[in-house]
Amino acid sequence: MNEQPKPKKQIGAPLNRVDGHQKVTGAATYSAEYQLPNMAYAVLVGSTVTKGRLTGLDTKAAERAPGVLAVISHLNAPKPPGPKPEGKDPSQPQTQGNPLQVFNDDKIRFNDQPIAVVVADSWARARYAAGLVKAQYAKEKHETNLEANADKAFLPTAAKKNPKHPMNDYQRGQVDAYKTGAVKLEAEYVIPTEVHHPMELQAITAHWEAPDRLTLYDKTQGTMATRRDFAKQWGLPEENVKVIATYVGGAFGNALHSWPHEAAAVLAAKVVNRPVKLMLTREQMFTMVGYRPYTWQKLGMSATPDGKITGITHESIGQTSTYEEFTEATLAQTRMMYQSPNVTTRYRLAALDIGSPIWMRGPGEATGAFALESAMDEMAYLLNIDPLEFRLRNYTEQDPEKNKPWSTKFLKECYQLGADRIGWSKRQLKPGALRDGDWLIGYGMGVGTFGAHRGAATVSAQLLPNGTVLLQCATTDIGPGTGTAMTQIAADTLGISPDKIRFELGNSSFPKAGTQGGSSTVNSVGPATQEACLALKDKLRTLAAASNPAFTSARKEDVTMQDGYLTVGGNKDTRVSYADVLKQAGGTTVMVEAKPGGEGQKYSMYSFSVHFAEVRVHQLTGEVRVSKLVSCADAGTIVNEKTAGNQMKGGAVGGIGMALMEHALLDDRFGRYVTKDLADYHVPVHADSPAVEVAFVNQPDPHVNALGTKGIGEIAIIGVAPAIANAVFNATGKRIRELPITPDKLI
Amino acid sequence: MNQFQYVRPTKQQAAIDAVAKDATATFIAGGTNLVDLMKRGVMTPQKLVDINRLPLTRIDADPGKLRIGALALNSTVADDKQVRERQPLLALALNAGASAQLRNMATVGGNMLQRTRCSYFYDTTMPCNKREPGTGCGALEGINRMHAIFGFSDKCIAVHPSDMSVALVALDATVQVSGPKGNRSIPFAELHRLPGDMPQKDTTLEPGELITAVDVPDGPFTKHVHYQKVRERASYAFALLSVAAALDLDSNNNIKAARLAMGGVAHKPWRLTAAEQALVGKPATEESFRQAAAIAMQGAKAFQHNAYKLKLGPNTIIQALKTAASVA
Ligand SMILES: Cc1cc2nc3c(=O)[nH]c(=O)nc-3n(C[C@H](O)[C@H](O)[C@H](O)COP(=O)(O)OP(=O)(O)OC[C@H]3O[C@@H](n4cnc5c(N)ncnc54)[C@H](O)[C@@H]3O)c2cc1C
Repeated sequence: MNEQPKPKKQIGAPLNRVDGHQKVTGAATYSAEYQLPNMAYAVLVGSTVTKGRLTGLDTKAAERAPGVLAVISHLNAPKPPGPKPEGKDPSQPQTQGNPLQVFNDDKIRFNDQPIAVVVADSWARARYAAGLVKAQYAKEKHETNLEANADKAFLPTAAKKNPKHPMNDYQRGQVDAYKTGAVKLEAEYVIPTEVHHPMELQAITAHWEAPDRLTLYDKTQGTMATRRDFAKQWGLPEENVKVIATYVGGAFGNALHSWPHEAAAVLAAKVVNRPVKLMLTREQMFTMVGYRPYTWQKLGMSATPDGKITGITHESIGQTSTYEEFTEATLAQTRMMYQSPNVTTRYRLAALDIGSPIWMRGPGEATGAFALESAMDEMAYLLNIDPLEFRLRNYTEQDPEKNKPWSTKFLKECYQLGADRIGWSKRQLKPGALRDGDWLIGYGMGVGTFGAHRGAATVSAQLLPNGTVLLQCATTDIGPGTGTAMTQIAADTLGISPDKIRFELGNSSFPKAGTQGGSSTVNSVGPATQEACLALKDKLRTLAAASNPAFTSARKEDVTMQDGYLTVGGNKDTRVSYADVLKQAGGTTVMVEAKPGGEGQKYSMYSFSVHFAEVRVHQLTGEVRVSKLVSCADAGTIVNEKTAGNQMKGGAVGGIGMALMEHALLDDRFGRYVTKDLADYHVPVHADSPAVEVAFVNQPDPHVNALGTKGIGEIAIIGVAPAIANAVFNATGKRIRELPITPDKLI
Repeated sequence: MNQFQYVRPTKQQAAIDAVAKDATATFIAGGTNLVDLMKRGVMTPQKLVDINRLPLTRIDADPGKLRIGALALNSTVADDKQVRERQPLLALALNAGASAQLRNMATVGGNMLQRTRCSYFYDTTMPCNKREPGTGCGALEGINRMHAIFGFSDKCIAVHPSDMSVALVALDATVQVSGPKGNRSIPFAELHRLPGDMPQKDTTLEPGELITAVDVPDGPFTKHVHYQKVRERASYAFALLSVAAALDLDSNNNIKAARLAMGGVAHKPWRLTAAEQALVGKPATEESFRQAAAIAMQGAKAFQHNAYKLKLGPNTIIQALKTAASVA
């Protein structure tokens, strides 16, 4: 028996992105780039008032404009047969009703709400004609300011109905115990509205291939979810709707929801009976496809003089729309991160006349962590203890919220790694102690956590005549490199080289998977890929047994694939060619669903991160520059060091934006944003971002799944903003509790 | 976006005539500002007169001055050897503006005539006297974080956004203009106007007048210069506030001459002549700079969201002068 050399292990290796070449050469096709025969183009007309009724709509000039095929509004839009949006339960916000509602009635619920869509034979003509539509309104008084509406904040309806709902008030120990603590802190924190702004704009091409068959080339994080939404809306069997999102140019949560513009494109395609393409403008990306909600928070904390936390109360009011109750886990980290016998959390919503928010990277946790991790720093100062030491004194060895053991927790190891790399020992506790000329230097840290979520996923695997293994799954890849990671997992499981594997995704006709979000894709699709590859080996074993009986009793793990032949453990005498296997009836295709088991009952499963920032603040101009950022993560097994590193760096840069510049400013008098483009709404440029250093503990979690992964996307940003805010305090002695930290707040 | 006609004359006179005779016509150079404004419906010219075929791209190093063609690109000027040697402040200010891609498209003439970035000017559904006289000033009681602290009126509190212009006003540049009535020169400080009762008028140019060049006279400001631009991100952002500073120092580090101008504070680049005079004869120390900064800020007045400029102004002046003085 001559052993074959074992193929190089792929999991963990820094494999280049399998689709990198397509992406950088422009060969990758994004949703706005599909060219279908006879295509028409749609442009939305938005309301210029914030609340009221549409009393008149003059579309004559637009209809007469050259090339115009249709002008569709509530006056003439066909009503999709699906469930009626009115009367829907607003506590079930995920596209159950209102979000898909477009041109349904004359009600204006937010500024720039689509009131009409113009369809023409070219985009330029549609856009020109859209400018000719004239609307009249009966205006009503609108409310767009959260603080002014804080007194009307309410407990989410879902929580009112269900006492077990996670948005209910939480209590451990005594209520508001911090108020009687020895050392006491009480502070308010504000995060402004932030907008996702992925590089790729929202775009959709809708094609009714038959009166009851719809194909959508759509920017979405979930092909299955989008399929479900539109099948429901149009009363179609799900298999009649196909959603294709092979490439997604970033999303950050912005494509987790089906939005009015998608519904408008589908309607328009129905009316003109041609494929219709609709792409939003950057300005429209502010108003109708979600954002991180403006959130007010109050945090009370008490501790013993020697640094043991005795009570935390964390309250928040987040913004939602008047037609959906959007909720997020703003207060989750506070309940489990630190050892405190007494914890109270209260989550409330304020409904404003603005479009609905949607989860934005590190959803509620990033908002909550700004308050919690800032407060940890503030308390450390009150106690005169090093902030890292203060966190260690309150470290949780098991989940104090659920009273369960952690599946794994290597946060202490992250602290150590990060502290070494940033040079925490250089830090002076006293603010303003370090400087370089007019630049004040400070160091700060912030901790992040996010649930290691796993859902069910199905992957199919098939051996092709050219010796390639084709894997398919409906999951999307919005940028993390899903196809690459899955290729590595498959390569190791099959024992073949990655270039013999093709992982296809982003198509609702492929075997089903959940939406890409909540850092759950590798956790969920990874095991399905692994199991599908094992099933394929078993299938090949049975097929090969027809040609060589050595396979009959072989274990599937011992099936070896090399150079067009199958062998048992590399033994040449057992060789069966792929061609012989493929000749057998039935084909090689296998399809396997992998599901989480009971591990979530036994363990509390989270990823953890810590971010250390070094900042320089100019004492005269108040400018802040992040000169060094170190992000360390306990995210279980790292499948690809390079793409995982990318995720961490991207999150860190997002965190710099959150801390120092991102701010969608709204003029409450008009209910309109005054930041309308990327010249006004600032995200970091290269010059704002130092070379981010990333370190992973890279310890497998044996409970989340067989691969040992826990998820990275969210913990990459959660905790970055407070790390920077804390570093600014260390540099200047100024505590900025309202983001972003702009020069005007520091001078 | 409106429909429009487009012409691309090769003769200067034809270009001038095309705009002078048609009130709805406008010159277009790099288009980096005008096209954005057209897309937003803020400017709706019926005819675009593309001037890129006119021979106005040269940078002539004349004795006593540099003559920079109106169509010279921002990036070309910033990289020009003569400009860097004779007018380093101008190169610094240019490179502080926009991004490399934009500077490769933007022209010198277009840069000085770029319009305010005031959000209310940009949104056709909001009030703005500059865009639509008589509708009111949206910024006056709105979000005015970026707005003026000098020279505003109750009709308009917008600021001029150009970085290059701050350097040009400090350097006593002159704009060469050719129009239906012939050629004339305009001192740079008189090119832009204050809003007064006519905020719709940014400059003193007459209809159809074409900027052909800008002259920058030689001076002693070849060493101790600095352009300090304060913004919340490190690059590719308009100034919250900026300062162009130039010093001429004697061997004892005393100030023989000074130039100082501020951006982001008024409807025009804001020359600080009184502060300049106060510096002359003083030692180049932080104390002298502090006194000059206090003089510079006299008469400044803030609105709800821009009070920080009252402090950022003097601080930035001090920082700009400190840096200029220390540049060898
Ligand atoms: C995202 C972004 C960021 C930016 N950041 C900055 C910044 O930080 N600092 C900064 O200073 N600028 C900035 N800019 C503005 C940029 O500098 C200007 O857009 C550019 O300089 C305009 O030059 P242009 O040749 O493209 O002008 P155009 O857009 O072609 O024209 C502008 C105006 O000038 C008129 N015009 C042009 N040439 C002549 C002429 N020769 N005679 C008479 N009239 C003429 C046109 O009719 C038009 O009204 C930024 C722009 C963008 C889009």
